[in-house]
Amino acid sequence: MAEVTPIRTAAEVALIERFEGLKNKLPGSGEIARGRDEAFALIAAAGLPNRRVEEWKYTDLRNAVREAAPLAERPADAAALVDKASAFAKADAVRLSFANGHFVAERSDLAALPAGIAVTPLAAALAEGHPLLAEMGKVAVAKGNFALALNSAFMMDGALIRVAAGTAVDKALHLRFVNGGASPFATAPRVVILVEDGASVTVHESHEGVGTAAYQANSVVEIVAGNGTTITHARLNAEQADAIALSTLAVTLGAKAKLTSLGAVTGGSLSRHQVFLAFAGEHSSLTLGGATMLRGRQHADTTLVVDHAVPHCDSRELFKTVIDGEATGVFQGKIIVRPDAQKTDGRMMSAALLLSETATMNNKPELEIFADDVQCAHGATCGQLDEDLLFYLTARGLPRAMAEALLVQAFLGEALELVEDEAVREELVARAEGWLGERA
Amino acid sequence: MPAVQETVERVKAIDVEQYKYGFETTIEMDKAPKGLSEDIVRLISSKKGEPEWMTEWRLEAFRRWQTMREPKWARVNYPPIDYQELYYYAAPKKNPAPKSLDEVDPEILKTYEKLGIPLREQEILAGVEGAGSRVAVDAVFDSVSVVTTFKEELKKAGVIFCSISEAIREYPDLVRKYLGSVVPVSDNFFATLNSAVFTDGSFVYVPEGVRCPMELSTYFRINERNTGQFERTLIIADKGSYVSYLEGCTAPARDENQLHAAVVELIALDDAEIKYSTVQNWYPGDAEGKGGVYNFVTKRGDCRGANSKISWTQVETGSAITWKYPSCILRGDNSRGEFYSIAISNGYQQVDSGTKMIHLGKNTTSRIISKGIAAGRSENTYRGLVSAHRKASGARNFTNCDSLLIGDKCGAHTVPYIESKNASAVFEHEATTSKISDDQMFYCLQRGLDEEEAVALIVNGFVKDVLQQLPMEFAVEAQKLISISLEGSVG
Repeated sequence: MAEVTPIRTAAEVALIERFEGLKNKLPGSGEIARGRDEAFALIAAAGLPNRRVEEWKYTDLRNAVREAAPLAERPADAAALVDKASAFAKADAVRLSFANGHFVAERSDLAALPAGIAVTPLAAALAEGHPLLAEMGKVAVAKGNFALALNSAFMMDGALIRVAAGTAVDKALHLRFVNGGASPFATAPRVVILVEDGASVTVHESHEGVGTAAYQANSVVEIVAGNGTTITHARLNAEQADAIALSTLAVTLGAKAKLTSLGAVTGGSLSRHQVFLAFAGEHSSLTLGGATMLRGRQHADTTLVVDHAVPHCDSRELFKTVIDGEATGVFQGKIIVRPDAQKTDGRMMSAALLLSETATMNNKPELEIFADDVQCAHGATCGQLDEDLLFYLTARGLPRAMAEALLVQAFLGEALELVEDEAVREELVARAEGWLGERA
Repeated sequence: MPAVQETVERVKAIDVEQYKYGFETTIEMDKAPKGLSEDIVRLISSKKGEPEWMTEWRLEAFRRWQTMREPKWARVNYPPIDYQELYYYAAPKKNPAPKSLDEVDPEILKTYEKLGIPLREQEILAGVEGAGSRVAVDAVFDSVSVVTTFKEELKKAGVIFCSISEAIREYPDLVRKYLGSVVPVSDNFFATLNSAVFTDGSFVYVPEGVRCPMELSTYFRINERNTGQFERTLIIADKGSYVSYLEGCTAPARDENQLHAAVVELIALDDAEIKYSTVQNWYPGDAEGKGGVYNFVTKRGDCRGANSKISWTQVETGSAITWKYPSCILRGDNSRGEFYSIAISNGYQQVDSGTKMIHLGKNTTSRIISKGIAAGRSENTYRGLVSAHRKASGARNFTNCDSLLIGDKCGAHTVPYIESKNASAVFEHEATTSKISDDQMFYCLQRGLDEEEAVALIVNGFVKDVLQQLPMEFAVEAQKLISISLEGSVG
């Protein structure tokens, strides 16, 4: 039988040339450089993921990425770029800023870090071979993932954050990513957060585009949470409308730990947010949420893999997608329950609202179960606004547009309510209202 | 929740070791040489006395197949199959095409008798077997159809029911028009292989406005060693007609694996309805996972006309590996597709099964109810696609799939794909048992049933409804499964 020989696209060829040219200039040597080579070998062998690759079935990067943009240099006007950012400005937080993926010390509150929190810029950490780097890439189910491997090969900066045991901070940590430039560029920032036993921390992550040229972002945030930790995480994708934005959240959760994470998406021409979560200790719980608003020709993919490897853990997933115009929404969720993970309780729900005739939604909620004493459920729905509800509201005198907006807001609200920080929640609700306002 | 004892026992009762149909019939066979080549394809075609166009059709498929690769995406593992080590044609030597039942080799008749399949019309009419239910049977033994009962009576109603090889000779126009129109020659690796080497199967044509007077069925038996069975079924329900068809299958217990790669095509024109039921009981392999049938089947129905309906019901207990996705293409406006499945895996069985509901027409509806039960060291996967295309306004789907695990060495997986390109399409997929219908639940709860009982009552009542329409001969396994409780469902 004929073997198929892969033909490399222009973007793939460029990517390989870029890596060869850059690899000696990227920070880190020895073990780190070997890690980059290994990660890139995966990419060179498989090429860009396409619809034939099951995990990327609905997001064909080979087709979408025509050219591989060069890796961004540290912008000369980094501080000015950061100043253009507006997301989560009202929230009381310690800010760490990244411009085109590079850490911007002059716009980061390094001097005002609360006790128990230590931050090292990643470029410096890579150069010196920081011991915390050993915490990277621990989530088994994320291994071999394209976006993660690409970041591992090219990661140029970011931050290593250590939250010491027992620390309880009243201020949130705000990871502020700002992207902007006059010519196309690619980013590969990485943030590793080690939360030691008994600590609790709130992390806000915002991604904004403020430039003129299209860019390709690929950020990775890793959280390694010890026993008895509490982590709340909120994320906003307000990337530039022409950006391709890949992002990954990889989490290892210790025993009796609690994580809540919500991701809101409004930006990017093509975006994919991946969550890989591994339960490493018993009696932990996870709540994941998502609120995605798409219009025009946007394409947004949310992919998550929750790995129940130990018994007695709960996970809840609630994802809401509103699609207008000719946009496409994708939800792929996979819950794995390993043979020993008895008493697992997993519930996953994905709901999509199609606001226009030309909108598309692809749902793939997957269960993979090897233990017999568990409760797992998933649901997926997809449809348009309920005519009965619209009739009820219009009969009460609301104009149709307002009635629609109200219903969409209620639909998204269920997910947005997961955000604990009031200022951030209000901002996300306001952004949803703004998005609906533009629609009318 | 752990599985209840009753369920555990019932599943044990149909464990791989209890396989009742593992006997072998010694009979002289006429076999084609081992292996697959253009010559073998030509040989099969000439054995069947096929016209030139059919031979060409097969050769075209064979050439296509040589360029294809075996699909690897399903969650099943098996050692590579050497397609040159198989026999692609095996027919009973004595009188391979008998005119009447008297000419059929008595050994074969005995085999069917042992399997409990009535082939003698007079016996059936006299009520000797099967408690008076009249079923027309097409019995396929390895590569050929040995007998088809009630042909004459069906002919009076205008229904054509015969083996596909006979149809190719007698009704070439119908076959040419419809064969490969639902499952194209190059559809997938196994379907293409089947197109090249299929040896027999059933053909049904129900003319306009006719309600088929009796159940039609095919009984497949693999007997010969190292033989692949490749049957092809084609059912056409013309405007306003109705037909219910069922298939059953068994094979002897052997240490080596046997290959079964069938293609089933259903075509329902305007206002027609086809009901297709399967009780799949191929040899599942022994308790160590040795032997068993590889069941790689492509089944697809095309609701071509408006208001047409196709319904698939399957009870899957056999096969070492099942790879099968009975699908509906809902092309006609207001057409409806249904899929009801109970898949039980035990021992080392691997099941990757489900359905595809492809909504193309307006106001099309589909319903999927799937129950997977995994025990022993088996793997049971539901894989299903529901899609609505741009023009499928008002499409509706409801999917409910439950799985149950018995023991901690098995796995149950659910891989649904839900793709909607139309805003007015409403798709609901759920794997929770709490949302069947609030009204029904409320009614049951109000009458004092607890939630679990109520759910079991509602879903089982529903499935039972479908199962009870299977004729007695096929219902033995099915009956055992009906009362399996839903307790401990995991989605």
